[in-house]
Amino acid sequence: MPGPSSVAPAVPGSAGEMLFGRLFYGLRGAGIKVSPTEWMTLIEGLATGAIEPSLDALYAVGRALLVKHEAHFDTWDQVFAATFGEGEMPVALSEELLKWLDQPLDRPGLSAEELAQLERMGLDDLRKLFLERLEEQKERHDGGNRWIGTGGTSPFGNGGNNPAGIRVGGAGGGRQAVQVAEARRYRDYRSDRVLDTRQIAVALRKLRRLARKEGEPELDLDETIDRTGKNAGELEIAFIPPRENQARVLLAMDVGGSMTPYTRLCETLFSAASAQNHWKKLESFYFHNCPYSRLFTSMTSGENEPTADILKTRPPETFLLLIGDASMAPSELISAHGAIDWFERGETAGLVWLHRLRSHFTRSVWLNPMEPQHWRGYTTDVIGRLFPMFPLSLEGLEQAIDHLVRKTAPPPPPALDPRLVRD
Amino acid sequence: MSETTDTLESKPPRWTGSDDYIASEDLQRIVNVSIALSRPLLLRGEPGTGKTLLARSIAQGLGLPLLTWHVKSTTKAREGCYVYDAVQRLYDSRFQDKDVSDIRQYIRLGPLGQAFSADHKVVLLIDEVDKADVEFPNDLLHELDQMSFAVAETGDVVTARTRPIVIISSNNEKELPDAFLRRVVFHYIDFPDEALMGRIVDVHFPNLDRDLLERALALFYALRNVEGLRKKPSTSELIDWIAALLAHGVDLIAAQAREEELPFLGTLIKRERDIAIAKDARKPKKSWR
Repeated sequence: MPGPSSVAPAVPGSAGEMLFGRLFYGLRGAGIKVSPTEWMTLIEGLATGAIEPSLDALYAVGRALLVKHEAHFDTWDQVFAATFGEGEMPVALSEELLKWLDQPLDRPGLSAEELAQLERMGLDDLRKLFLERLEEQKERHDGGNRWIGTGGTSPFGNGGNNPAGIRVGGAGGGRQAVQVAEARRYRDYRSDRVLDTRQIAVALRKLRRLARKEGEPELDLDETIDRTGKNAGELEIAFIPPRENQARVLLAMDVGGSMTPYTRLCETLFSAASAQNHWKKLESFYFHNCPYSRLFTSMTSGENEPTADILKTRPPETFLLLIGDASMAPSELISAHGAIDWFERGETAGLVWLHRLRSHFTRSVWLNPMEPQHWRGYTTDVIGRLFPMFPLSLEGLEQAIDHLVRKTAPPPPPALDPRLVRD
Repeated sequence: MSETTDTLESKPPRWTGSDDYIASEDLQRIVNVSIALSRPLLLRGEPGTGKTLLARSIAQGLGLPLLTWHVKSTTKAREGCYVYDAVQRLYDSRFQDKDVSDIRQYIRLGPLGQAFSADHKVVLLIDEVDKADVEFPNDLLHELDQMSFAVAETGDVVTARTRPIVIISSNNEKELPDAFLRRVVFHYIDFPDEALMGRIVDVHFPNLDRDLLERALALFYALRNVEGLRKKPSTSELIDWIAALLAHGVDLIAAQAREEELPFLGTLIKRERDIAIAKDARKPKKSWR
């Protein structure tokens, strides 16, 4: 076979083993999680001669055995080139750095003037600087204003307060980052996202309400035995309609403003939810900060449906999932004319609408994309007393769904304290 | 790694493509390695890139029968192994013209069961595995690994006499679980480039006029590059289109010279909205070079 050069199978301690080790760890370092099973399959193929010993074959067959998504093919090309030819080994951001950045120090309180003093930089400059700093920096760093670290005022890092900063992993304390430089941006964007979708889809499957309705009937064994017995042994077969998922799901999501950093997370949830085909009905709506007299069916065109109609026409057993950070100016929640959108001329405070939703849809939850340790503020507190609130993480979502489908009757909504609402 | 060994075959069969399927050298290597290592071959690619056709060609090229299991949204993993017809058995017990004590009469093997119990090696295609429930591939892991399953009603164990060649196709509607992916050999079918497409068309229309072929391909790829199409035309649509052109004796060159609309556009693009976009894209623009 006309391979450019031949590849020796891995002999312990040989140059071949080193080369293969480089390929294996190169792939894992670049974010392709090659499992030992897959790796051993490749070695088995080479050892038994199923894979001919040529670079061409190793390229094609190695990819087929180790890389299971076309989104990773580009990375495979890079690693393969770096191992067997010339080229740079692609490296994902080190896990250690990410872990450290996940535990930020308490943020220093910056005054408005100080914040204003921090000049906004262009995104490209920021990214370039970020990579340079990452190169220079070798140790962990807390505080200060230059290095990538936690609790500082440098434009890079986590929990920081630079208005134009790049956040590295972790949760954005100030939520002001113009761009969230999650590590996954440096890994393969698509495949990470896809994994999330699948995990969420698996969690959402548990959201169901089984009931017997129409459909191809199944044999009811107990009833058949019963009837046959009553019929003096003469067989009488009984059928029963299959159990079907009757769950109706209503998703309502806060968009824009403070929710911008969570757009991708919410999109992932929405795409996983809309891919579910086992629900009787799924509807999604949008709102801005708080639901008022109408909920939007489209984010861009402003098409909407009056909230009162939704309350009238959707059955109370519909599962309601509200997604939002519950953070807004108190007036937006409790004042009669508090809506941030100028065209919302409702006389009714957002909190009253929320209370109506909660009273009608007895099985409802609020999913908050912020991490629970950052759930503070007046509005989060008020909403959290009305709706059971869960973090929008995989674990939080599972808990929320357990809460929605549990057998015991849901607790009645707390009465709305009229002193809360202002005219 | 496998516990079942094919004692009759010391050397695994080699596949090199077939008369109606042109396979690149890389694809041949991948298919043959998956056969030699007895790993299922997972095929993914745009609809119409010939995933089903490839399975048929592997069966044909190796001279083996092909069993197909069409997966639907309601398909359960067990149905691939066997179905127990309890109702038939109950009915039969009423008239006593059959021996209902033999429960085996009421066990019908599914495609997987048939492939396992076949006397000779077969090719099993599990078509559109992503159509079913998200857990469906996981439910098949044991059966595909061990090449055996137990019939709960009789306690019988069905084990493959010769390991079938398993081919699984996916349209990427749902993501497949990692545990499943770890066990397969993966091949992504790229959309064919113009040269390969020319050869594919040749297989279907052996004496096609070169000029017509070239022009049809150019128009076809231009159409695929139109932004905003919900569904790009694929190979099967190109074949249909050329067949329609030939059947009606349409002269593409003359039609183009008259600046007419693309004849039989409906065979290439099926959605109304897409047709509007495609027609719009063909209108001359000022910025056209």
